[in-house]
Amino acid sequence: MAVSLADMGVGKSARIVRIEGGLAIQRRLSSLNVRIGKAVRKVASQPFRGPVVIEVDGRRLSLGRGMAMKVLVEVLR
Amino acid sequence: MKLLLMGNQNVGKSALFSRLTGVNVTSSNYPGTTVEFRQGRLKFGSKTADVMDVPGTYTLESTSRAEEVAVRMLEEGDAVINVVDATNLERNLYLTLQLLERRIPVIVALNFWDKALRGGIEINVKGLERMLGVPVVPTVAVTGEGIKELVSRIDDARAHALRQSDEKRWVRIGRIIKRTERITRKRETLSERLGDASIRPLTGIPIALAVIITSFLLIRLIGEGLITYILDPLFTVYSFLAMGLSGLLGQGLAHDILIGRLIEGEIDYVQSMGLLTTGLYVPLAMVLPYILAFYLVLSFLEDSGYLPRLATLMDNLMHRMGMHGLSVIPMLLGLGCNVPGALATRILETRRQRFIAATLMAIAVPCMAQIAMVIGLVGSRGPAGLGIVFGTLFLVWVFLGLALNRVMGGESPEIFIEIPPYQVPYWGSLLKKLWMRMWAFLREAIPYVLLGVLLINVLYSSGIISLIGRAAAPVVVGVLGLPGDAVGALVVGFLRKDVAVGMLLPLGLSLKQLIIASVVLTMYFPCVATFMVLTRELGIRDMAKSTAIMLSMALLVGGLLNLII
Repeated sequence: MAVSLADMGVGKSARIVRIEGGLAIQRRLSSLNVRIGKAVRKVASQPFRGPVVIEVDGRRLSLGRGMAMKVLVEVLR
Repeated sequence: MKLLLMGNQNVGKSALFSRLTGVNVTSSNYPGTTVEFRQGRLKFGSKTADVMDVPGTYTLESTSRAEEVAVRMLEEGDAVINVVDATNLERNLYLTLQLLERRIPVIVALNFWDKALRGGIEINVKGLERMLGVPVVPTVAVTGEGIKELVSRIDDARAHALRQSDEKRWVRIGRIIKRTERITRKRETLSERLGDASIRPLTGIPIALAVIITSFLLIRLIGEGLITYILDPLFTVYSFLAMGLSGLLGQGLAHDILIGRLIEGEIDYVQSMGLLTTGLYVPLAMVLPYILAFYLVLSFLEDSGYLPRLATLMDNLMHRMGMHGLSVIPMLLGLGCNVPGALATRILETRRQRFIAATLMAIAVPCMAQIAMVIGLVGSRGPAGLGIVFGTLFLVWVFLGLALNRVMGGESPEIFIEIPPYQVPYWGSLLKKLWMRMWAFLREAIPYVLLGVLLINVLYSSGIISLIGRAAAPVVVGVLGLPGDAVGALVVGFLRKDVAVGMLLPLGLSLKQLIIASVVLTMYFPCVATFMVLTRELGIRDMAKSTAIMLSMALLVGGLLNLII
């Protein structure tokens, strides 16, 4: 079952299966290599709906909660 | 020949720039914008080229003003050195492919080559060269490895100009990676795991507080050390010279302007108000040491990779104030000098964000020149006064931000940034940056300080100040509880805030009055240099709005302090 990056647990690994929203947001995410098929790990989540920190290909990215909700993943294991 | 240095952020572009260019580096604004870029000269063979350090960008489909400028600069360049992070080839190639679609010759510098090898990443350079159709040179910018070869192959740079869709680009990148890159071990390092502690809220917030407090203690220590052990002794020696000149000049206008008033027969560097006494002492001995200390610490924080972590931790609060985490950068720069702070608002995506960030910075972030003077003046009466001054400004910053976010329509975009691995700053580029910042300060500050000191002399000796003082008395005396003479400081504060704070000393103010004056001087209006940059950045209408907010808030907060303390 797909959950969003915002809802997935810290420390978990997952694969991106879908990105909701328009072409603009897809492009913006993909310029930093957040694309369908990529493996991600959630590194941290800031409290009170703050940004989410993920790792893609060994690189850490910080993205706002709203954006994180648009990225749907399938959690591994 | 114009050579553009382009690449993602955090790929060692600055270090490479330092390697390629000599000492003659200038920083200038891109025409018609406030986006700054650095430019230097490179001699290769019998030719010379102007090397331009283009703002870091991930894509040519721009999302911020800095990225827009990157695209516009591309149209004027003759060739591009595309700096690529060898440890993160896949993502970096996205920009490379976009560059190859333009009609401009490209050469690729495969930087962090040493890190890639250590991290178990093998890249077939010849294969990559074949598949991209442009020269690829492995480099280690911090040690200089590969730089010679890179320079020698600039002439081989090739243009392709073959447009393709976004999906096709990623397919092509996938193919390139598959054929040319082999990862033999996982590259996650211990330091990266430890680095994550600074971004998890439970550990990250205490670490952030520790970093900020340590930074300020360091700035104070370095600044004060420089003053006590180097600059004050120098000015003591200089006193003999100045006193000699004073004797030569005798009484009269020339003495008043150059040396100023003698206090108990001696020069008092803060109170004398002569061009050759106060005019030199304030910028060189009171402010410069703190500026140097501040930029040393800030440049270190920037180059170590800590700031994006701070931006992430602060994002929540900043978001509620109508900005996002990246706005900590203009705010921190504003603490050094409001001018670069105002320029740095360019990294924000929308006009609304830039307005809020610029207004908050101009109103509640005092520059280091002013902080140095406030520390000297208010701090000499004990730390409590300093606490009230900076505490009040911080509260104004937060509450005004919350209010502006409520009042102004429109959304605030979200943070989306890379958090680079920690690294030991490369001293070559750090010192180069420090030097450019110091030089900018000296160039901008000294003429204005001298002008300010001259203005003080003219205003006082002509009696204009007492006229304005009387006219403004209901506000200055009635609302703020300051003596009428303090109006002189408010007039001069438009030119230089550090000199203005210095003018408060001879007025014999109480601690309460000093606190109010320091807060009001920060808030009421930006100095002229900042005012001009902000007007250019925000436009006249928004600047008028911003100014109205500053004036009314300064009166409100100053009046409240007068009632409460």
